[in-house]
Amino acid sequence: MQNPYLPYPVRIDKIITETEDKSLKTFKFVFIRPEDEEKFAYRAGQFAELSVPGMGEIPIGIASSPTEKGFVQFTVFKTGKVTSHLHAMREGEIMGIRGPLGHPYPWETLEGKNIVIIGGGFAFTTLRSSIVFMTDPANRSKFKDIHVIYGARSPGMLLYKDELKSWAERDDMHMHITVDGTDDPDWKYHKGFVPTITEKFAPPADADTYAIICGPPIMIKFTQPVLDNLGYSHDNIIMSLENRMKCGIGICGRCNIGKDLVCKDGPVFTLAQLNAMPKEY
Amino acid sequence: MKLIKIDKKSLKEGIDKLKRTYGVFGPVREKDEFEFKALGAAEMPDFSFSNTRMSPKAIVYPQTQLMFTYSLNDADDDCRILKEVPMDERPRAVIGIRPCDALAFPLVRRNFDTPEYQDTFWVKAYEATTFVGLACNVPCGTCFCTSAGTSPFGKEGLDVLLVEDGDDLFAEALTPKGEALLETAGWTAEAGGGAEEKITALAATANEQISSTVAFDNIKNREILELYNAPFWEEEGFSCINCGTCTYVCPTCWCFDIQDETYGKSGVRMRNWDTCMSPLFTLHASGHNPRTKKVERVRQRFMHKLKYYVDKYDNGIQCVGCGRCVRLCPVNIDIRSICNKMNNFDSEACKCETASS
Ligand SMILES: Cc1cc2nc3c(=O)[nH]c(=O)nc-3n(C[C@H](O)[C@H](O)[C@H](O)COP(=O)(O)OP(=O)(O)OC[C@H]3O[C@@H](n4cnc5c(N)ncnc54)[C@H](O)[C@@H]3O)c2cc1C
Ligand code: SF4
Ligand code: SF4
Ligand code: FES
Repeated sequence: MQNPYLPYPVRIDKIITETEDKSLKTFKFVFIRPEDEEKFAYRAGQFAELSVPGMGEIPIGIASSPTEKGFVQFTVFKTGKVTSHLHAMREGEIMGIRGPLGHPYPWETLEGKNIVIIGGGFAFTTLRSSIVFMTDPANRSKFKDIHVIYGARSPGMLLYKDELKSWAERDDMHMHITVDGTDDPDWKYHKGFVPTITEKFAPPADADTYAIICGPPIMIKFTQPVLDNLGYSHDNIIMSLENRMKCGIGICGRCNIGKDLVCKDGPVFTLAQLNAMPKEY
Repeated sequence: MKLIKIDKKSLKEGIDKLKRTYGVFGPVREKDEFEFKALGAAEMPDFSFSNTRMSPKAIVYPQTQLMFTYSLNDADDDCRILKEVPMDERPRAVIGIRPCDALAFPLVRRNFDTPEYQDTFWVKAYEATTFVGLACNVPCGTCFCTSAGTSPFGKEGLDVLLVEDGDDLFAEALTPKGEALLETAGWTAEAGGGAEEKITALAATANEQISSTVAFDNIKNREILELYNAPFWEEEGFSCINCGTCTYVCPTCWCFDIQDETYGKSGVRMRNWDTCMSPLFTLHASGHNPRTKKVERVRQRFMHKLKYYVDKYDNGIQCVGCGRCVRLCPVNIDIRSICNKMNNFDSEACKCETASS
């Protein structure tokens, strides 16, 4: 019997400070035992428990893509006990990860469809995973039009800046990068909140177009009516939830919303599903 | 049905034999209450109890469970790598568990032992345990087992059922595990004719004494949101002080927290029973809390037991009718009346009432 609470040991291979306020860092982990990497086979949209012995475990979305081999990557916002400790750790240190956990985005359904990715703030991690996955040469032909709308407070608060730039240069996807405001004269992308940019640039709704939205509650609150106006069916709007978690495998009972456990039945839900659930998120 | 008769005077002899093979647990008096305890060499289960204050769930699912150990000493090869702790997998036997509490084990098994994940700590402890039940000849006033999936003489979840009859005990082995236990204890004397009839009569008397019931036949057909938004939660939850007693004493409450505790350069990861009645249960690091209000947490506890569980497993309610939460709640919140309220609730009728009043 496999103990589902035992993490795989990993080494912190690289730490990248993502944002100007240093509140977000990306951690690249390498598995100590190479065979664990195979066991950790994941898909975009899943998460893992990062385990720091002595501090605890935290659920974090997987930011790397299954097409990237040799490492797994997470981007962590510094906010409480474990995340603060993690931010103070150094390259080369050992810790653990447990997963992959939860359901990925519904890739079987999404294949052959137009995809609109809408992200705000630091909830862009599993969206990065999805973009890297879809734009991989082996996968790009499996999807029709790809739109990405991504916003942050200011240019310095955007994640994955180099990648954003390279995606913006691609001619097989539509990038709409935006910031709430900036006085940078060289800023060449959009200015304005994500809902406004969505209203302007999201493709028209049809049965073959799916929106994946991740962001702070306020962004979701104002983006949803925009998608409603554009005619998006609630079955075609996909979201990812964050509830407080412990076990991550549907046993400890912590993360439920109604009869669903966010860790095991989610974290990915369609808006149609969420509409039938209590608003406990 | 093969029935064994045990003379109470020879009970000690059998239990002493069991102690050589099993870790034996049984009810013992603790001040004014009874609790299940691991019995020492000289200790005997005390069958004069009605039921224990705490449920016996801790025998399989301890309130604090050591999960892993770790070193934070850089000189150690396995620094910061969690290590499994050898588990006590020796056979254990619970003698005198009540049928309601016994049913709670297969019930919570649905949570701990799933096709995708097996909670190794729970599953190994459960598999190591033999459950020897003691039928309730005299149930208490707060019991409602007969409408919660079992009865005073219920057998589900048990390996052996004992029935008290004056100076004797009748024992029925219900599983191979139970047969092995009776064999080990040397309890092999067959009960003579008439035992079966006696048990049937005792069971009928006991069943008649169960005075309270819950009904949940309508709950399945209601939408989650309909019950969730029902107007009675505010009133039901008003007096709750969120003490969590109801969750800790309950044999079917299974939620836990995971914590690391470090002493110097080494430490342990452990899990502890937790309670959905605490605001910390759902609190995010950002300060956001999906269940900020007390009434939302009361609703969570009862919706989980009486609706979410019902929908998820289609196997009755997540309650075995032991009545502990009813007896021990300091403000008399009563799952029986809440269950019946949920069952009778009809949002349409409710609307008409308010419209006409
Ligand atoms: C599916 C999922 C994906 C996530 N992805 C990311 C991500 O990619 N990047 C990121 O920075 N954050 C992410 N989060 C949020 C992250 O888990 C919390 O910020 C983190 O747990 C806070 O831990 P802490 O110890 O620093 O905070 P403390 O307040 O000290 O928290 C104590 C404990 O409570 C739990 N907890 C507290 N807040 C949350 C929360 N919001 N969600 C879940 N558990 C919580 C954790 O077990 C934590 O260790 C995600 C959460 C979920 C559920
Ligand atoms: S025992 Fe009663 S007061 Fe305490 S948390 Fe439970 S319902 Fe509330
Ligand atoms: S909810 Fe109350 S009556 Fe039901 S099993 Fe738990 S403690 Fe017993
Ligand atoms: S985190 Fe334990 S059940 Fe979801």
